[in-house]
Amino acid sequence: MAIYLTKESKVLVQGMTGAEGMKHTRRMLAAGTDVVGGVNPRKAGQAAGFDDRTVPVFGTVSEATAATGADVTVVFVPPPFAKAAVVEAADAGIGLAVVITEGIPVHDAVAFHAYAKTRSTRVIGPNCPGLISPGQSNAGIIPADIATKPGRIGLVSKSGTLTYQLMYELRETGFTTAVGIGGDPVIGTTHIDCLAAFEDDPDTELIILIGEIGGDAEERAAAYISSRITKPVIGYIAGFTAPEGRTMGHAGAIVSGSSGTAQAKKQALEAAGVRVGDTPSETARLALEALARLT
Amino acid sequence: MDLYEHQARELFARYGVRVPDAEVADTPRAARRAAQRLGGRVVVKAQVKTGGRGKAGGVKIAADPAAAELTTRQILGMDIKGHPVRKVMLARPIAVEAEFYVSYVLDRAAGRFLAIASAEGGMDIEEVAATRPDAVVRVPVDPAEGVTPAQAAEIAAAAKLPPEVAPVLLRLWEVLTQEDALLVEVNPLVRTTEGRILALDGKVTVDDNARFRQARGESEAADPHTDPLEAAATAKGLNYVRLDGEVGIIGNGAGLVMSTLDVVAGCGARPANFLDIGGGASAETMADGLSVILSDPAVKSVFVNVFGGITACDAVADGIVRALERVRLTRPLVVRLDGNAAARGRAILDSHPHPLVHQATTMDSAARRAAHLATTAA
Repeated sequence: MAIYLTKESKVLVQGMTGAEGMKHTRRMLAAGTDVVGGVNPRKAGQAAGFDDRTVPVFGTVSEATAATGADVTVVFVPPPFAKAAVVEAADAGIGLAVVITEGIPVHDAVAFHAYAKTRSTRVIGPNCPGLISPGQSNAGIIPADIATKPGRIGLVSKSGTLTYQLMYELRETGFTTAVGIGGDPVIGTTHIDCLAAFEDDPDTELIILIGEIGGDAEERAAAYISSRITKPVIGYIAGFTAPEGRTMGHAGAIVSGSSGTAQAKKQALEAAGVRVGDTPSETARLALEALARLT
Repeated sequence: MDLYEHQARELFARYGVRVPDAEVADTPRAARRAAQRLGGRVVVKAQVKTGGRGKAGGVKIAADPAAAELTTRQILGMDIKGHPVRKVMLARPIAVEAEFYVSYVLDRAAGRFLAIASAEGGMDIEEVAATRPDAVVRVPVDPAEGVTPAQAAEIAAAAKLPPEVAPVLLRLWEVLTQEDALLVEVNPLVRTTEGRILALDGKVTVDDNARFRQARGESEAADPHTDPLEAAATAKGLNYVRLDGEVGIIGNGAGLVMSTLDVVAGCGARPANFLDIGGGASAETMADGLSVILSDPAVKSVFVNVFGGITACDAVADGIVRALERVRLTRPLVVRLDGNAAARGRAILDSHPHPLVHQATTMDSAARRAAHLATTAA
């Protein structure tokens, strides 16, 4: 099993015919993802070739879902058009929209998240690497060859490269699903959503939660963990050395006054019984120790 | 990006929110002339992007133009919490009858904006909320509807503000949405003795991601207070934040770079900067990054920490080799390559030996090495 994305998922790519879309569609196909179509109104009716596969291009998401039964979309559309792309996917009844695009204005994200909720579309991102269920499917830009084995760990992270780092360190143990939820201030799927899904997933035995400075999502996750999560959770927080008031790469990674600090997040997680690593490697080691205690 | 008070004032005025008559000056002489035009008696306010400037002596009353010149001379060049004062705003004093607080802030967890209002303005709203929570009203704004006239009236009433504040709330919502702002705060919003509602001081944070559709005027866009190294980095399109340590950091991905800073700090050294070169670690980006970092005299060693995910480490190693042909390396460089094509990347660096370049295979050992080199450097 896995969360949100399985080998049955039929995946569309909005913005497939752009350079990033083409590059990552090829990689998704190579990882075994069932990519059933791309969307580009100016190239409707054409097909895009990827090595030994061709993928049809549709003019709209609803045409694509009607023709293919797609239930997942990966959005590579540039920031000015991203809001319309998500709204279109929600209107077409897509269940999961993975928004890779970085640099979407917050007001647009607020609008499409609110709209997607009214259509029961789950949004992951924006500004995220997507999610991968190794051995089953890969929706986004996570390099699938870092960790190819299905396994026992569920991972949820605000950061792409820290996801890759941890997946690499724990590649022998393997993952059910790794979800990059994105580093923007407003995101669709939260740490808590993923914790709940991993708790319900019978194959996930341990959860790794990676957070970073900004907002209070990790503190909220800590409260959720102490009341609802029975599986062991290992944490890692980045940004202890970040100065107040400066954005550290991710639009949402900012300490404002005394709120959003790494220290507060670590303390909240530890108070909820989560062991928090000081470095990514130590985090991987803690995860292995916790798994060893389970068996 | 935070705007200066005078920039926020201009925005408020543009959307029909009343503001005090005011001018900006960057020399004492200009301040004197501005004070003359404003009627003589003025408030001189330091323009810095930080709170607490009143307590720091950055806000003073001047009785006449000569006093305004003298006061401006004192305030210009002051350093308020690390922010040097380069400009002052001179404003005609207002006879205030009551002070209120209103703002729109982003509620990240709920994914929408919140209207916050209080009849106890002029103070730190966090403090008011902590000591008298009943005095602060918070109302979520429906993203699809925005603030409606009826809701504006409700917010004003709930916060015990005069009904004339409701139209101001609507105009401030326009500022927030039309300008792609993430924060619009007026503190205090005042009622003058003549019964007018006026934004006496305000803070606006605009969304950098909306630059493609927000043509900011020169005065709003330019930030002369930026650190020279940060300005150089920005000009080269680098995502760089200067810190005050001695280990220069280059990495790929915001999360990994933040983590690298922390791990270096855990090894007893202080990071000198944040620099995320993203996925495409080309020779040019690497050379640009290295030259910015090496022009910081405090830097004693540099740590390049790359996890090859989408980017292959051999391409990164090529980039480093070619960057070192362009930039004269004057301090030791520790490189850690891991992930995609790491072995090939390490081999490339091995085949281009450089007396100042060291390799390490793990992030932790590389951080220890870089920290050691920095703290033992002469």
